[in-house]
Amino acid sequence: MSDFLLLTFVFLAAGAVAVPIASRLGFGSVLGYLMAGILLSPLLDALGVDVISIQHFAEFGVVLMLFLIGLELEPRLLWSMRRRLLGLGGLQVVVTILIVTGVAVALGQRWQVALAIGMVLALSSTAIVLQTLNERGSLKSDGGEASFSVLLFQDIAVIPMLALLPLLAVPGLHETAAADGSHSGGFGLMEGLAGWQQALITAGAIGVVVSLGSYLVRPVFRYIALANLRELFTAVALALVVGTALLMTVVGLSPALGSFLAGVVLANSEYRHELESSIDPFKGLLLGVFFITVGAAINFELLFAEFETIMALTLGLILIKVAVLYGLALIFGVRNQHRWLFALGLAQAGEFGFVLLSFAVASGVLGAGLSERLLLVVAISMLLTPLLFIVYDRAIRPRHLGTGQREPDAIDERGTVIVAGSGRFGGIINRLLIGAGYKTVVLDYHAEHLERLRAFGIKVFFGDATRPDLLHAAGIDEASMLVIAIDDRDKITNLVRWTVENHPDVYIVARALDRSHVYELWAAGARDIIRDTFDSSIRAGRSALEALGMHPYDAELQARQFARDDKASMRELADLYDPNMPVHLNRAYVERTREILAEQEKAMRGGPQMFGDRNDRAWERPTQADVETVEAESKAAAE
Amino acid sequence: MARLLVYYAHPGQRHSRLNRVLAGVAREIAEINFVDLYAEYPRHDIDIDREQSRLVDHDVLLFQFPMFWYSTPSLVKEWIDLVLEHGFAYGKGGDALYGKRLMLAVSAGAPEEAYAPDGYQKYPLRRFLLPLEQTAVLCHLAFTPPYTLYGSLRAGDESRIDPHAEGYRRLLEAVRDDRFDFDAAAEMDVITCDALPIRNAAMA
Repeated sequence: MSDFLLLTFVFLAAGAVAVPIASRLGFGSVLGYLMAGILLSPLLDALGVDVISIQHFAEFGVVLMLFLIGLELEPRLLWSMRRRLLGLGGLQVVVTILIVTGVAVALGQRWQVALAIGMVLALSSTAIVLQTLNERGSLKSDGGEASFSVLLFQDIAVIPMLALLPLLAVPGLHETAAADGSHSGGFGLMEGLAGWQQALITAGAIGVVVSLGSYLVRPVFRYIALANLRELFTAVALALVVGTALLMTVVGLSPALGSFLAGVVLANSEYRHELESSIDPFKGLLLGVFFITVGAAINFELLFAEFETIMALTLGLILIKVAVLYGLALIFGVRNQHRWLFALGLAQAGEFGFVLLSFAVASGVLGAGLSERLLLVVAISMLLTPLLFIVYDRAIRPRHLGTGQREPDAIDERGTVIVAGSGRFGGIINRLLIGAGYKTVVLDYHAEHLERLRAFGIKVFFGDATRPDLLHAAGIDEASMLVIAIDDRDKITNLVRWTVENHPDVYIVARALDRSHVYELWAAGARDIIRDTFDSSIRAGRSALEALGMHPYDAELQARQFARDDKASMRELADLYDPNMPVHLNRAYVERTREILAEQEKAMRGGPQMFGDRNDRAWERPTQADVETVEAESKAAAE
Repeated sequence: MARLLVYYAHPGQRHSRLNRVLAGVAREIAEINFVDLYAEYPRHDIDIDREQSRLVDHDVLLFQFPMFWYSTPSLVKEWIDLVLEHGFAYGKGGDALYGKRLMLAVSAGAPEEAYAPDGYQKYPLRRFLLPLEQTAVLCHLAFTPPYTLYGSLRAGDESRIDPHAEGYRRLLEAVRDDRFDFDAAAEMDVITCDALPIRNAAMA
């Protein structure tokens, strides 16, 4: 137990120290974790920790990440990516394998070994690349989407590779590989089945994921939402992803692919943002641990002994991958500097390389010595990735800035409006915004309510809008506006305060429940404050005046004047308002209110003279005396 | 029988001495239609389709309003801006108003003498109504000189409201019954209650 606590503490603390430093230096969190891992490796050695087994555990972070990416990706969007997914991804894998294999043969390897090396090195690191692109906010740019297409294809390609590797086995090495089948998870279950049976089971599993995601998840989450227990929601969300991954592993599919699929199925559901915010911290932690283990697993003894060879191999690999990627980017029309982002970003080998390597050794394809060296090549190429991103930032991007050929970023979710609360108040705001063509993200935590709105085709998401993590998942970082339309007084105020503090650039439209709430919100930093029943009360009053026989235009003027007076007095009383005292006990406030009310009443009724009423200012006519004055003046001028 | 539509526009009715009486007269006449524009559109959100179908359904349009800053009250301008659309009232295919008539009933605060080169308004009243007159031309509407009351500020004290209101009633009824002599009216500068161009019933 204390070992476990110690290990957990070491990992968390290392991340907490290294990541902020790396971020401040502009290297991104990935390099921070990797460095932390390198620094930790002597300590972990001394403790006798099996870094590789921790790494296998932490790889689950990749599964979670793909689930989250799936959540962001609606099926329609995925379909529109199909050309890049198959073309760009497929060609990248095939061409890279061929070239690396050729080089390996040229360096004197047998073709079977060379092909295995090609497969190991053709894959890139989903974890590093997506994490980095996400941090940079360029996941939805042209280069980001192309990168994602390739990575997704690679994740799928791992499956046939695992099937292919044992066929490449070299007889002399095979005796070490007794337990090859068990290594790839649940291949065992599929063993002894004919090909068509396996295919059927595989298709069935995917069908299960899709149909459960479409039909079962919603009622389950609605049921849980009613219990209103946060941790229960998190537990079920995790169980969902873990279960999917498990099912996929059992039928011999990639768990990452499976959870990605589950994510896509749920991308349209109202629980999307809540799921995102529940899973996100786990993903972050696991990936952090994963990166640390990559750093810690580097065999420095071997590295320093064969420094030149290994560095040459690594750089050679990076060069080959960059060349292949850049060429493909040209063919597939990736634009301008995005080509470089794509080519440099994906130039490393990836975590699936580790998996394939250990599997290849177990299958007797590769010898332990060769595998050790390849492991170093993979790890160092990953370690160099943040540096390649820095090269991109410093050397390539500036050339494309300001030259006029930079095209607008294809980031599609910028400038959206988040509407918190979709009841009677927020619902109308949302309809108005959507009608005007703005993109909104609506959050509400009444599950039954959501169901109803969904039926009318309104896009709403489940969740308590006052929770920062959910707002984060809903995109407050990119949003240009937050409309606060929830009905809990204190929650509104707190949300205003939090947003002003953490996202000063987000424009806030806040719902106030009454006049003193307006003062509260003003003090909290809101500047666009709307009293929720004020305008409708004025309209009701106006309607009453009309029904009492007042001319509709006079009623309109009366209502406008009332609204103006009310706003003026509110501003005047703001100075007397004391947030720490109920208004009816605030003597100065009460007194001034009375005075103002009396003044207003007098003014509205009008004085004894004909046009004493302020409503009539626009209509005040010249008097007969005015006419006579002008007449006299004009006569005098003529004479 | 001509289908007559009276548009009444007055933003300060509570203080009106003359126009409110005139509106009351118009409202009471059988078989003509009367619209209080400020009552119908107190928030200036004019329903264009509805107004256009109103125009199609009538032969004669009459706008009744007090002169305000040498022009119409603002809602009448808004009405013109929105309702007289291209393709409806003018321009390509804009012949919906072809052959219809535009009449005015206005009141002016200043006395008649003021609307002369040596008067303090310097120009005749018709000069200030030129935009409406040309609007009628563009929209293929036949324009009729305005039924006018000068010196409306003093009209109450001088007992001129009742004769003017009675003249208004006779004018509207004559238009309705096709007894209004538009040709004779066209020759006039302005129409007043003591010289109404009306044929008697027998001639009609």
